[in-house]
Amino acid sequence: MGHTVICRRLSKTYHQDAIAVRALSEVDLDVPKGDFVCLSGPSGSGKTTLLNLIGGLDAPTSGEITVDGQRVDLMTQAQLATMRLKHLGFVFQAYNLIPVLTGQENVEFVMQLQGIGRKERRARAQAILKEVGLERLENRRPAKLSGGQQQRVAVARAIVSGPSLVLADEPTANLDSENGEMLLELMGRMNQEHGVTFIIATHEQLVMDHARRLIHLHDGRIVSDELQR
Amino acid sequence: MSALNLSLLYTLAWRNVWRNRRRTLVILLAIAFGIWSMVTLAAIMRGMIEQQVDNTINNLTGHIQVHAVGYRDDPSIDNSMLSPGPSMLKVLRSEDVRAWATRVRVPAVVASERESTGVTLVGIDPKAEQGLSFIAKAVTEGRYLQSPGDQGLLLGRKLAERLETSLGKRVVLMSQDIDNEIADRGFRVTGIFDAKMEATETGFVFVGRTLAQEMLKLGARVSELALVVEDRQDLDAILERLANAAQGLDVQPWTKLEPLLVLTVKMYDATMLIWFVVVFLAMCFGLVNTLLMAVFERTREIGLFQALGMRPRFILSQVMLESLTLLLTGLVIGNVLAWATIAYLGDGLNLSAFAKGLEWAGMSSVIYPLAAASDVVMANLLVIVLGIIASLYPAWRAARYVPVEAITRT
Repeated sequence: MGHTVICRRLSKTYHQDAIAVRALSEVDLDVPKGDFVCLSGPSGSGKTTLLNLIGGLDAPTSGEITVDGQRVDLMTQAQLATMRLKHLGFVFQAYNLIPVLTGQENVEFVMQLQGIGRKERRARAQAILKEVGLERLENRRPAKLSGGQQQRVAVARAIVSGPSLVLADEPTANLDSENGEMLLELMGRMNQEHGVTFIIATHEQLVMDHARRLIHLHDGRIVSDELQR
Repeated sequence: MSALNLSLLYTLAWRNVWRNRRRTLVILLAIAFGIWSMVTLAAIMRGMIEQQVDNTINNLTGHIQVHAVGYRDDPSIDNSMLSPGPSMLKVLRSEDVRAWATRVRVPAVVASERESTGVTLVGIDPKAEQGLSFIAKAVTEGRYLQSPGDQGLLLGRKLAERLETSLGKRVVLMSQDIDNEIADRGFRVTGIFDAKMEATETGFVFVGRTLAQEMLKLGARVSELALVVEDRQDLDAILERLANAAQGLDVQPWTKLEPLLVLTVKMYDATMLIWFVVVFLAMCFGLVNTLLMAVFERTREIGLFQALGMRPRFILSQVMLESLTLLLTGLVIGNVLAWATIAYLGDGLNLSAFAKGLEWAGMSSVIYPLAAASDVVMANLLVIVLGIIASLYPAWRAARYVPVEAITRT
């Protein structure tokens, strides 16, 4: 089995005024295709930074990142945008959806950017919304959806365009335990049924319990990396 | 950019525009008011300009005049010319010439039993002047001249008051004849005319052309030939043909005969352009501020767009399209309001309170707005093109966001 993500000696240092803050230090990481990985650790441990670097939302200070065989750290902004469009899905803690688009339009958004025709787009969006249990709420705008429903739309959007990797940053942080559980089951199912690789950054035990592989970070370094199942 | 992406961009732009209705309505109102003022004021000014030009052309100038060389510097009897020959007549009788006439036009003195004053004596062919100059329709008391040999005389109302004379009374005209002798002749006032400008009423006295020629011993000679054409825009072609036919004579268009008027027209055009730019600048600050606020408020959303794979140029296009949507909506409202205002003022805008000043400038006291396509297009293009250029800054800022900073912005 190949690897979706490969990180080598990955470091990131932020500069706040004259102070250098090392957010990530010499991280080596391999994530095989179809894995379901949880990055855990306290605040400031570097899990979100690692997620952002893998997703090309931020540039590393040094080191290499390869996603689906492409060197992310060497790409221009336009190339990164294309890479994110074709290979990645994102689920954030909040502000996941575009407020002026309905649930279905949000799900169709990435496919529309990819140039997929209206008919196919609609069919795929409706199928995935049914899969996440939101087929009756497709025409509601985000403000009319609950937090859990919004996150499910975000997951649907993240996987509907067929990415090889979904990056989720604290996806359950704003949800109650019931909705959190439901979301994790959904992501687990998507991982198993669609073969999508998931990397989730979290500090919640519930999420860690669902992961196949748990990577613990502390002070910007991987301190443990264990298979749970 | 594909049609799919354009449709997405347009959906986002239109819905984003209406996210903050109050702010959008305020900027739409500003754009609409701006374009309304541009188009309406331009129409009023264009109406004033056209009336001023028409008044001047009707006021004996015509579109083209032919004189003996030297007449324009010294409009005396010495600089007279022969009546038009066959080659000139061929041009004058062509379809694109609406009316033409020859005139005797010399300096003279008119005297009543009480007063005398210097005037310009104009000997006219009354029928030929119809459709050429104002005089045929300006007689409001008494009668217009019947023929070139009519024995009567037409006086302006103000001049009649100044001479303390009236309809039916006799006045004496004095001028210098072709032999440099004083020529005088008594005329009965058969008509009083009103003109748009007081200077016209006090400056001209009209008699039959044949009588003027007899009095000044001119024979068949005349001082000037004036003509109006069917379409003022086609003047150059006729001017060239007439100049070729009138060899040895001075053939000039109205633009050369009335340089002050041409300067005034240019001044109006420049004033309009300045007004357009001033209004646009006021509008532009509002537009850029609105877009900057919108971009700033949506920083996280723009970060999300970036995370989902939207390219920077797509984000730039989205903000630009939002600006274009605002501009076009404002322009439609503004143009409709302007059109309604111009239609409402179709019967004329009465500025009689300022009539004296307008008259001095050669204009009428009632202004008829004229919406010239070129002015409307220029105002709209200016707003759209400069508006888009002004929107580049907020759009560029949006496209330049660093994804990780945008998405974590609180």
